[in-house]
Amino acid sequence: MLAFISRRIGYSLLILLGVTFITYLLLFMLPADPARQIAGRSATPEVVAGIRMQLGLDLPFYQQYANYLGNLVQGDLGRSYIQRSPVTELIGARLRPSLELMAAGIGFELLIGISLGVIAALRRDSWADKALMALSFIGVSAPQFIAAMLFLYFFAVQLDWFPMGGYGGFEHLLLPALTLGILGSGWYSRMVRSSMIEVLHQDFIRTARAKGLSRVRVVLRHVLPNAIVPVIPMIGIDIGIFMGGLVVVESVFGWPGIGQLTWQAIQQVDIPVIVGVTTVSAVAIVLGNLVADLVIPWVDPRIDIKKH
Amino acid sequence: MSNGTSQPILSVQQLSIDVGMGASSRRVVDHLSFDLFAGQTLCIAGESGSGKSLSSLAIMGLLPKAVRVAEGAISFEGRDLVGAPERELQRLRGKQIGMIFQEPMTSLNPLMTVGQQLQETLRRHEPLGRQALRQRAREMLESVRMPQVEKRLQQYPHELSGGMRQRVMIAMAMLCRPKVLIADEPTTALDVTIQAQILELMRELQQVYGTSLLMITHDMGVVAEMADQVVVMNHGRTEEQAPVRQLFTQPQADYTRKLLAAVPVLGTAGQPGDVSQQPVVLQVRDLSVRFPVRMGWFEEDKQVHAVEGLNFELRQGETLGLVGESGCGKSTTGKALMNMLAYQGSVQLFGKELNGLHGAELQAVRRDIQMVFQDPYAALNPRKNILELVGEPLLIHDQLPRAQRQERVAELLRQVDMPADAMYRYPHQFSGGQRQRICIARALALNPKVIIADESVSALDVSVQAQVLELLEHLRKQHRLSYLFISHDMAVVERICHRVAVMYGGQIVEIGRRDHVLHNPQHPYTKRLLSAVPMPDVDQKRDFKALLQEFEQPSPIKGKGFEAPLQKFHDVGGGHWVAVG
Repeated sequence: MLAFISRRIGYSLLILLGVTFITYLLLFMLPADPARQIAGRSATPEVVAGIRMQLGLDLPFYQQYANYLGNLVQGDLGRSYIQRSPVTELIGARLRPSLELMAAGIGFELLIGISLGVIAALRRDSWADKALMALSFIGVSAPQFIAAMLFLYFFAVQLDWFPMGGYGGFEHLLLPALTLGILGSGWYSRMVRSSMIEVLHQDFIRTARAKGLSRVRVVLRHVLPNAIVPVIPMIGIDIGIFMGGLVVVESVFGWPGIGQLTWQAIQQVDIPVIVGVTTVSAVAIVLGNLVADLVIPWVDPRIDIKKH
Repeated sequence: MSNGTSQPILSVQQLSIDVGMGASSRRVVDHLSFDLFAGQTLCIAGESGSGKSLSSLAIMGLLPKAVRVAEGAISFEGRDLVGAPERELQRLRGKQIGMIFQEPMTSLNPLMTVGQQLQETLRRHEPLGRQALRQRAREMLESVRMPQVEKRLQQYPHELSGGMRQRVMIAMAMLCRPKVLIADEPTTALDVTIQAQILELMRELQQVYGTSLLMITHDMGVVAEMADQVVVMNHGRTEEQAPVRQLFTQPQADYTRKLLAAVPVLGTAGQPGDVSQQPVVLQVRDLSVRFPVRMGWFEEDKQVHAVEGLNFELRQGETLGLVGESGCGKSTTGKALMNMLAYQGSVQLFGKELNGLHGAELQAVRRDIQMVFQDPYAALNPRKNILELVGEPLLIHDQLPRAQRQERVAELLRQVDMPADAMYRYPHQFSGGQRQRICIARALALNPKVIIADESVSALDVSVQAQVLELLEHLRKQHRLSYLFISHDMAVVERICHRVAVMYGGQIVEIGRRDHVLHNPQHPYTKRLLSAVPMPDVDQKRDFKALLQEFEQPSPIKGKGFEAPLQKFHDVGGGHWVAVG
């Protein structure tokens, strides 16, 4: 167990190293010049060069990256070019709202996805199944920013069921979380449906019915746990996709989280913030996968992590 | 025996079952009738597609969605089950009628412990306290002779062997002391000795609890062993219904007679032809196969000793049978001979060493040594037609142009008694037996000298099996082929092989002429194996009680550097060798 976790953490560090390197390299190669952005349109070339030197942007790439890594090891993600405050502070202040939204969003995703998947599988080939699968297809393929704006328009502006956005109590959380949940649930409902259909044909389901168990018990005790097993690693993988949704939804709903921070940083070419947020997301994804791997053997006794 | 005056406990009258709806519906069971009396055993025998399994599911009300009872009545203790509400059926299932299935490996929920699954059944039907529940589960496992009951209750299905899982299934079906137990091919997926144990166990439980047994099987040996009354089914129709003795001594229907004639019976083959003067084709010396097992960080790596120091030779025109139970290393041996996995020792084909061959040389050797696999459904690529499948070796080895390939494939198909126009069709358009013929044609394409047949007839119905065996025999004579015939079925091996090698725990424990080994077995394992084979003969009911004791195979997993002691053989005479010590 300990060996497994330490090995996984070793791999995770390698992944993080790769992520920071690629992000840093991409931003370095970007035609946008942060120094010019900071200096403003009317600045003289001398001023721009001064800012560039001050930020260390005139150094060759490997030196910039090495400096960054050196600071990273000490827990320093650098300073924002624009807001002039440490990136760790910026992210730290926004971590809590983002985590709240993430937890609620993933919760809705699973709740909606699994229940729709179960219903579709049990009513296979009926009109309900077809309608649900068509809906999930729309959910999977709808562009998030349009969907988020439509939801905001209908439910907050027209119907006035929810506040217009912003951060605050539970009522503020509900609409953005539901948006993320509904959009993300398509994957899960499709996966749960096909996994359920497969399990329903297994021999042990016939055994369970031959025991005289009621239909509800067969589904809840025998089908569902077996159908859920392949969905668990999906949750770990999904966190990455979810982060992308977070950026859009937070910006649309004015949610003061990491996603919004990222959105602003991208517009202002605030490289330290972008790399910082990317690193933090990578940590979240890696952690999510680790947790998923640790949960699976707890659900499925056939999987023994000691052997991996 | 005859209970003509008393009421049957389960009565099926004029039962017809249809698959599909409306115009496309097809009748799969046609007017099946039988009566099952208390304490009796009724066997429904038939080949695949005879509708025997669907009939049993219909009794339980567990037919799949697309299948329905078209007409007829099923009555249990006078209550009609056809069209009974689902709730009523649920109360009956598991409580009054228990059922066990063919595949013990997949019939238990992998996420629940044995104890949980047993108690679930009880809790559903009987209001008992926790202590009482556990007690009943424990007792039932004990009565199916499960060793280490306490430990088993905590274990998950994947931690148990197939035989153990089938015991759990039986225990689960018998927990509420049902009046009727339906067993759908309960031993088909199991080794013979395990089969004998399970059959004996069912007989015992039947006596103790007075259960009526409805058994579905394709194996006439099992029928003779278990049945009081037999229903023979074929393509949904009842061919014959008779008491077991009458069925075996005076079969009335043509189909029954044909079926019984096709069943290979152990001990009926005479002396094999003499091939001891023929040149040696394949010489195997000290063949060992080991698989590494990766352990944790601080443990020493181990090895599975799958095959250990095998020695034998195969002569031209000879068929050598390799028999043994699952896990004995017989299939691994076949793969090693094909160079499909790494091995130690020497394998010589016409004096040419095969061990360590690569690339072009290996490909050249594969021309002479071919394989026919067990499952004809899985061995053919469904996206290719027969011309492509059978012609593939010709393309790979000889780069034969299409026209010549067509010609050769047509010839090959004719040799396996298939029409030439079959080459433009796809595997799914053929039956299991036809597919196995196609596999044989493919193996023959390059005129090999040796064919390794790995359980090649095990998946086939007896009548088809008999035809394929005949074909193999005919081809052997015609092409002077040598076969290594890997099988678990003693009777089939006796029918086709000149010599037999019995494998146990990765080693050959006995080898010799088939009549010597099978009629005068010397090694205790061979004796045990032969005593477990059920005979399709009512006058030879076997007593499997001695087999009920668990016979632990030694674990093949050994530490690194472990060397098995050299196997010594004792010469019984006439080329019959037995392992000693």
